[in-house]
Amino acid sequence: MTRFAMVIDTKTCIGCGDCVVACKTENRVPDGLNRDWIVEATQGKYPQLTTEFRSERCNHCSNATCVTLCPTGASHHWAGTNIVLVDPDMCTGCKACIAACPYDARLVMHPDGYIDKCTFCHHRVGEGLDPACVSSCPTRCMHFGSLDEPSSEVSRLLKTREYKVLSPETGNEPNVYYLI
Amino acid sequence: MKEELFVTARSNALIDPSLHIWTWEVAMYLFLGGLTAGIMVFAATIALLKKDEEAPFAATKLALLAPVVLSLGMTTLFLDLEHKLYVFRFYTSFQVLSPMSWGAWILIVIYPVSILQILSTLRSGYPQASPYVDRFAIGRQVLDWCEANRRQIAMTAIPFGIALGIYTGILLSAFSARPFWNSGVLGPLFLVSGLSTAAALVALVARKHSEKVLFTRFDLGLIAAEVALVALFIINLASGTEQQLTALDSIMGGPYALVFWVLFVGVGLLIPLVLELLEIRGLARRVAIVAPVLVLLGGYVLRQVLIDIGQESNWTKYDTQYNAELLQRLRD
Ligand code: SF4
Ligand code: SF4
Repeated sequence: MTRFAMVIDTKTCIGCGDCVVACKTENRVPDGLNRDWIVEATQGKYPQLTTEFRSERCNHCSNATCVTLCPTGASHHWAGTNIVLVDPDMCTGCKACIAACPYDARLVMHPDGYIDKCTFCHHRVGEGLDPACVSSCPTRCMHFGSLDEPSSEVSRLLKTREYKVLSPETGNEPNVYYLI
Repeated sequence: MKEELFVTARSNALIDPSLHIWTWEVAMYLFLGGLTAGIMVFAATIALLKKDEEAPFAATKLALLAPVVLSLGMTTLFLDLEHKLYVFRFYTSFQVLSPMSWGAWILIVIYPVSILQILSTLRSGYPQASPYVDRFAIGRQVLDWCEANRRQIAMTAIPFGIALGIYTGILLSAFSARPFWNSGVLGPLFLVSGLSTAAALVALVARKHSEKVLFTRFDLGLIAAEVALVALFIINLASGTEQQLTALDSIMGGPYALVFWVLFVGVGLLIPLVLELLEIRGLARRVAIVAPVLVLLGGYVLRQVLIDIGQESNWTKYDTQYNAELLQRLRD
């Protein structure tokens, strides 16, 4: 399985939300819905507080429980990669996959009745481009690429920087990394 | 301390402030599915035990309810689907790891098995209807064959009934993402609850006294088993992960404590348990209708409560709206 990863630098992210707007524009996400979002996490004890901005979305898990539990095969891994997609023509709208996602990156219900979610912009990835969110980031804090290539930017960053993924204990093997 | 807030909105009403994808339709389907399982298992058990005399309703008429109840359940399930035209997609593939896919196929197999069950006692159970089948040579042959093979049909119906009953629980427990559902006890719990509701149904509608008593006895044992399974379920969660402990809080003093303990455990299990104990001792006959009604109600409440709490339980801890306590929490 080719592993595509997104590596996001929380040290340079300023939480501006450009990635959210870029996604809505690129993917014509219906009114009122978003495929990605920004979280502001504050921790510590006042006045010693630290703040971290995270641009979150589907983690395109290598071991995706949304794919496992989909009864129709509509949720699937795209073309031998870890990119998780939903085929609207196969989706019954049973919502099992929404319940099955431990990240509550929960897939979004499209007004037409099928499940819609972050696709890692696979239509752009197929052409060798970065996902829309990554290419629109004004601080260049988002990176995208294959983890199978040791020389790729994402592999290099993970080798040299400290990082985390969200709740690794879910066992889902998420592929969105946060540099900390 | 840690505080996680949204800077941009996800604006998905199904997700925020908490997951809310399944409502009464799915709870009703799980309830009716369990009831169907119980109906099939009891109709078959009475046939195998040769208790036709003692329990004529369960022996000859009960089986007819299985496809009726199951169809009602499938209707409510269908109502829940958001992409209704694509419902056939359940049957264009089989996903080995998805209990829902197993369920979809089990439902398909249940129909022919339960039709055979009905046919095997059609002449004795529904003498008004059987002549319509007997009129045709082929119909006669089919009825003869089913009657001759009643035992074998019953022996097939039991495993399929049990599979259906267990599946309604496994369906939920397979969601590792929902800590409150993530317990293997749900399969047996839903099966036993389904059997118990079916026993209650027979106790409610059967006319013959010996049959009411027999099924009240069955129900008594099943309710006792259900109480034990509920206890195991709670022990299971209480010894689980942090997420499971948090999920458990919602019934331990949290927002669902009242429905769970009073409506489900009290009204749905313990009160009928006591009433049925009195009944088989020949007491409280005049209120004999109360216990089975409560058992049926409890069966539904169990599913509804589980659906509701399970969806709210999760791994992430976002604060989805402004929280006035925020500053205080940062100071502590
Ligand atoms: S983050 Fe959720 S929706 Fe995305 S692949 Fe993982 S389990 Fe599926
Ligand atoms: S809603 Fe669609 S994609 Fe999700 S589990 Fe059901 S059929 Fe699969």
